[in-house]
Amino acid sequence: MNQAASPPLAATPAGDLEALAAMYRIRMLEEKITELRKQQIIQGSVHLCIGQEAIYTGSCQALRAGDQVFSTYRGHGWAHALGVPLAGILAELMGRSTGVCQGRGGSAYFSAPDWGFYGENSIVGAGAPIACGAALRNKLSRNGAVALTAFGDGAMNQGAIHEAMNFAAYQDLPVLFICENNTYAELTPYRETVRQPDLYRRAEAYGIPGVRIDGNDLAAVRDCVADFAAQARAGKGPALIEMTTHRLVGHYYGDMQSYRPKGELTAARAAEPIGRWRRQLLERGVAEAELQRVEQEARDAVEAAATEALDAPFTPVDTLQEHLYV
Amino acid sequence: MSDVSTLSPTAEAVATQVESLTYAKAINAALARALEQWPEALLYGEDLAKPGGVFGVTRGLQERFGAARVFDTPISETAMLGAAVGAAMTGARPIVEIMWMDFTLVATDQIVNQAANVRYVSAGRLSAPLVIRTQQGALPGSCAQHSQNLEAWFAHVPGLRVGLPATPQDAHDMLLSAVACDDPVMVIEHRGLYHGEAADVALEGPIAPVGGARVRRPGSDVTLLSWGAMANRVQEAASVLAAEGIEAEVIDARWVAPMDWQTVLDSVRRTRRLLVIHEANLTGGVGAEVAAVVQERLFGELAAPVRRLATPDLRMPAAPHLQDAAIPDVTGIVAAARELVKR
Repeated sequence: MNQAASPPLAATPAGDLEALAAMYRIRMLEEKITELRKQQIIQGSVHLCIGQEAIYTGSCQALRAGDQVFSTYRGHGWAHALGVPLAGILAELMGRSTGVCQGRGGSAYFSAPDWGFYGENSIVGAGAPIACGAALRNKLSRNGAVALTAFGDGAMNQGAIHEAMNFAAYQDLPVLFICENNTYAELTPYRETVRQPDLYRRAEAYGIPGVRIDGNDLAAVRDCVADFAAQARAGKGPALIEMTTHRLVGHYYGDMQSYRPKGELTAARAAEPIGRWRRQLLERGVAEAELQRVEQEARDAVEAAATEALDAPFTPVDTLQEHLYV
Repeated sequence: MSDVSTLSPTAEAVATQVESLTYAKAINAALARALEQWPEALLYGEDLAKPGGVFGVTRGLQERFGAARVFDTPISETAMLGAAVGAAMTGARPIVEIMWMDFTLVATDQIVNQAANVRYVSAGRLSAPLVIRTQQGALPGSCAQHSQNLEAWFAHVPGLRVGLPATPQDAHDMLLSAVACDDPVMVIEHRGLYHGEAADVALEGPIAPVGGARVRRPGSDVTLLSWGAMANRVQEAASVLAAEGIEAEVIDARWVAPMDWQTVLDSVRRTRRLLVIHEANLTGGVGAEVAAVVQERLFGELAAPVRRLATPDLRMPAAPHLQDAAIPDVTGIVAAARELVKR
């Protein structure tokens, strides 16, 4: 039996300050990963989600324990927003035995089902049909859970996404299709490889709702996901939510980003979600000292997690043959 | 691999009910039992539920078990198999029919990159207990995109199990073994067998773990190893050889992953000669792996090099007379065995 059958722990706790704290932790986690990657303590492909934190945090605040998330290889933020501990993520990237998959998944393909994180996927678009299966199970077992699958703007041109959306639509499956439109399909602007750039409009072809929202607006993300999740739980089927955002770093660690026009990053940084949410909280009367405390706590949490992961032993080589078959 | 075991006839004697069933009806009976025994079992595929399948194998199952658990899908193999992975990861036991083996190729990602990785990469926290039922092989007139034998492709993939039943009893038993297994399993049927002669099938017996070859005919002069529909042809060839005084031991591998090496090696140790026969083309076929393993393990004991008999490396033509010329037949098997015994 899957261990995941036990009820997953809660996602990011509700609350506006909690949202800020989670976004800070995700940002600082990614910065710590960059540092460790530079030092070769982490090796191989690393895809960072800096700039897209509101999507994960807002979505996961709208989810319930028992819901399932299927993300892309840019998935550290999704995992932590669901509650996966920072140390478990960092240890995973460092090949330690305390990693959530004992180092077998690495940066781009780990899962942590105890938190409802059914995993990253390093095949573009492949998580969407899998999420449909979880939603099928939810529907048949009437457990009230919703499956959420996230993918990028580039994945919208994968056949798997098309098949998944039609499959979910004809079966009225409780699944949310989240398109994180960060404007780049890997290294190519997605607009250069489509004729119709309003990706959310494809939903109409499947007979399901499709909307585009500002993915850097924490509250908008949270409200939108809560709304469609409630509809999915009520048996009304899937929805496509296109969330616009910007990736403030390369597609992968080491990406020189020569494809970016001048000034693009400056504009994108001005619209990034953490500073924006922080300013909103300040305007609503949250004390500056309180915001600084949240930021410092996030920094401390990431530092402590890094120390914990670095202190953990490497996964023993004699486990190599384990778990291939039951 | 702990679940590999050679089947003994006594295991089947426990069954309480015997019915005369065709290969197709034996599969139908196994599916019905699976849906009854596992409330989390699902059965779906293209044209499978209301129409009862293009080969009529799944007739009556939707009426019996309801449209929620037995349903027709769009022509979307990636969605079908991806959904099987996700449903299996979250507690279901999906059985997916892929109408033709050739169609697995449009959704290989979900089989190889997804299903096969689930348990290992999650360090055992997740599993994907799903079954892919499909059928393969050339029959007169079948085109090159509806006739490929691809068992070696999937047997090569760690994390997958692959079986090819040749008889109504095995079609029934191996499918139930697959459903009971907590890993992804492919059961590759042969449509030429679906509506063949009925045979007594023991139902309600205990469900064996995946794995285990069957010695279909004992013999001392040469071992003939095959699987799937070819195993029946090989048995026919063995009768011809017997009339010439050559006693061939016929082994139906049943599962090519995991291969029951114990049974194969025990047999070859006695006969000192091995002929592997498969409908799949020669290069990189399962026969190549068998030859390698047997020669690694028994080199000094062999009276002759291991011989493979397979379809040549070709695309499969549709014309029946061309197909006949390509696929190993009884005469060819007899000739190859005869030559091997002379050495």
